[in-house]
Parts: sequence; C-alpha cells; structure tokens
Amino acid sequence: MTHQPSNLISRRQWLSYVGAASGTIAITSLFPNATQAETLATPYATLPALPYAYDALAPFIDEKTMKIHHDLHHGAYVKNLNAALDKFPKYKEKPIEDLFPILNKIPEEIRRTVRNNGGGHYNHTLFWESMGPKAGGEPVGELATAIVKDFGSIDDFKKQFVEAGMQRFGSGWVWLAITRKGNLAISSTPNQDNPLMASDIPILGNDLWEHAYYLTYQNRRAEYLAQWWNVVNWNAVNDRYKKAIA
Amino acid sequence: MAFEQSPLPFAPDALESAGMKAETFEYHYGKHHKAYVDNLNKLVEGKAEFEGKSLEDVIVMTAGNADQTGIFNNAAQVWNHSFFWNSLKAGGGGVPTGDLLQKIETAFGSYDAFKTEFAAAAATQFGSGWAWLVEDAGTLKITKTANADNPLTKGQKPLLTLDVWEHAYYIDFRNARPGYIANYLDKLVNWDFVAANLAA
Repeated sequence: MTHQPSNLISRRQWLSYVGAASGTIAITSLFPNATQAETLATPYATLPALPYAYDALAPFIDEKTMKIHHDLHHGAYVKNLNAALDKFPKYKEKPIEDLFPILNKIPEEIRRTVRNNGGGHYNHTLFWESMGPKAGGEPVGELATAIVKDFGSIDDFKKQFVEAGMQRFGSGWVWLAITRKGNLAISSTPNQDNPLMASDIPILGNDLWEHAYYLTYQNRRAEYLAQWWNVVNWNAVNDRYKKAIA
Repeated sequence: MAFEQSPLPFAPDALESAGMKAETFEYHYGKHHKAYVDNLNKLVEGKAEFEGKSLEDVIVMTAGNADQTGIFNNAAQVWNHSFFWNSLKAGGGGVPTGDLLQKIETAFGSYDAFKTEFAAAAATQFGSGWAWLVEDAGTLKITKTANADNPLTKGQKPLLTLDVWEHAYYIDFRNARPGYIANYLDKLVNWDFVAANLAA
C-alpha cells in the first residue's frame, strides 16, 4: 500500500529493530516507565510526533489548539486503539489501512472502538502531514492538473470542499480522495470515519470536529475552513497523490 | 409565526462558580442556539405544512425524513438547547430528594448507579450528541443520541439532558469531557426541572 501514515512505517521499522524474540528486556529499555504488564503487549500504534512546532501554524491554528489536539485527542485515539487490539492480537499484524475495509469482520467487542479510534489515529496522522508552516498557496504538480481536470478549476475545487465541510452536521471530516475509478472526488464522513472505509484513498482531509477550531474560531466553522487553506502543505499532498496513483 | 429562542433561565455568569463561564453561554446561547433558531425559520418559511405547528410537531414530522434533514436538525437543536438550559441550575446537582430519589433508586438501584450509568452514556456518545434521562413506558431510563436526535422521536418523555457537543464544554473543560460530566452531575443538575417534567 502506498498511502500509509508515517507512524505505521515507523512501527514496522521499530518491530524489525526490536525483533520478534527480543522479549521484555529490550522493550523495557525503550519504554523505561512501562510496567512489567504493559511490556508484555507490543503497542500497535504510536503517537507520531507533530512534524513541526506546535505554534508553527499560528495564527491560522493556534498553539494551544495544536497541543491539545495532537497530544490529548490524537493521543487518546492511539491509546484506545492499542487497548482494543491487545484483546485480539491477530489484527495487530495488519496495518491500520487494511483494517478499515474489513471492519465488519473484526469481532464486535472491539469493532466500534477500532472504527472510531483507528479512524481517529489514521485521520489525524494524515491531517498533521497535510499541513505545515510557510505553506498555503495553490495546489502544485500532478495534483493541480488532476484537480483542474476533475473540478474545472482550483477555485471550484476549494469552493466545493468548503461547501462539503459546511454541510457536515456535527463532528466529522471533509476529504479529497481518489475513487476506485481513479478520479478525484470530495466527500465528507461523520465522526472518525474515512474514505478507506468505502475503499477510496484519502489524500487531503480537514478536521470538522469543533475541537479542531473552537479556541480560535468558536462557532465560525466557515471562517476556519477559509483560513485553513493558508496552512495546507500542497507539496506533501501532491506527494501523497503521486504515491497513491503510482 | 416564526419560532423564537427561549430565554436563558439564568444570567450568563450565574454558573461561573460551578465551572461554566459566561463566555461559554455567550457563544453557546448567543451564537449556536440562536443560529439554530434563525436557520429553522429560514428553512420553514413559506412551507404550508409547518404553519401553526409547534416545535415538537416539526421535530416529529421531520424525524427520519431524508428530504427534511436540515429542518429536523435545526428544530431538534432549538428544542434540545432550550431543554438543556433548564436542566442547569446554580447550586444544583448531587442527590435528589423525596419521590424523585425513590424513582431513581427503583430504576437504577441507587443514586450512585444512576450517576455511573449517566456519566458512561455521556462519555461514550462518540462525536457530537446528547445524554438523557427519560421516562419510557413508565420507567426511568438513560439514553444517548447523536447530533440533533432526541427522545421525542422515540415516544419517550425527556426529563433531563446534557449536551456533549464539544462546543458545550471546550471553553471550560477543553478535551476533558469526563470532567465536564462530573461537574454537571455534582454541581448543576436541576432536579426541580426533572420533577416538574415527571409530574407533567
């Protein structure tokens, strides 16, 4: 798969580094504060470091929002996902992207937790990587060409993306994704669902949960959606697009 | 006849000592609730089927109708928020008394068991929504609903609610929804309102 969040790559690298037979001692040395019981279960996911400083997206997204959003909201999704998969370790062999299309095969006891928290982990990882300091501007490269082909113009794309974001009632996400037919489409999902659950490949997503914008924008979601373009890292999004269609 | 926003039954700063700032109500009542009222009036304007209907009528008429999701969402959110303001009271919370306590003990075993079950419902409503104490066929029950949904559409009688949309608690509690829930149960629940709803 070519659309893995970087933390999963790190997890695989980490697993190969630790090795299957390294046991408790090596793991304990990596997590010196972990209790003996916790070391028995290898965590499935880890919270990826934010790829820039907490204040790097200000004034469009404030530092406190980034800190709470990354450390506490995303952190909780990782913790809950790991706890759920520890109950059914055979699913830990699959990367998270491969769990979304088979959610209905996952035991009912953890299905909702995996959907909500696995979605939360994947979606936020993609979100952090889609933004950056000194970003914004217009889509670039192959992605820009594809956007113009499928939406008529960059402005039409942005307008439709914002409209879809405004239409989402309650918590959720608005997406730009590659459909199974290979074209780009805008969609919106409730809560922490994502396009992979419908077998589309997300390449850009904006978080519409109020926690993403409340400290700066309060009830003004429209203003948040408009300002968010200033922090989109189009080079990163274009790279994700190219990998996904390769 | 346009729908009107019901008054906030306390001053915006009345709950400051109980963990909820005036700023929360300036946005929650002044912006969020008001927007639902304004949107509802725009959406029903000129539509004969809604003329002379009560807010409750509009909610029940539009529930589950995919063509009228916008009207349902706004109407239900107007109703839910009015009900929520009345569920809050400075100096509220804690253990109810008299007949009400007895009904809660009959339904849940004890007040503590009620509290635990209500807190769990409010904490596990993933995303935006509401936690409720309702009367359903003569029995007290705890339920939770997503987004704008409410118990009126299920034939239940709402007695008490807690808003668990993030906008309800983000200014005061940030991501700490469990702290917001505990604060509500210990300091804010308007048991007089519950008793009045039960008697109605």
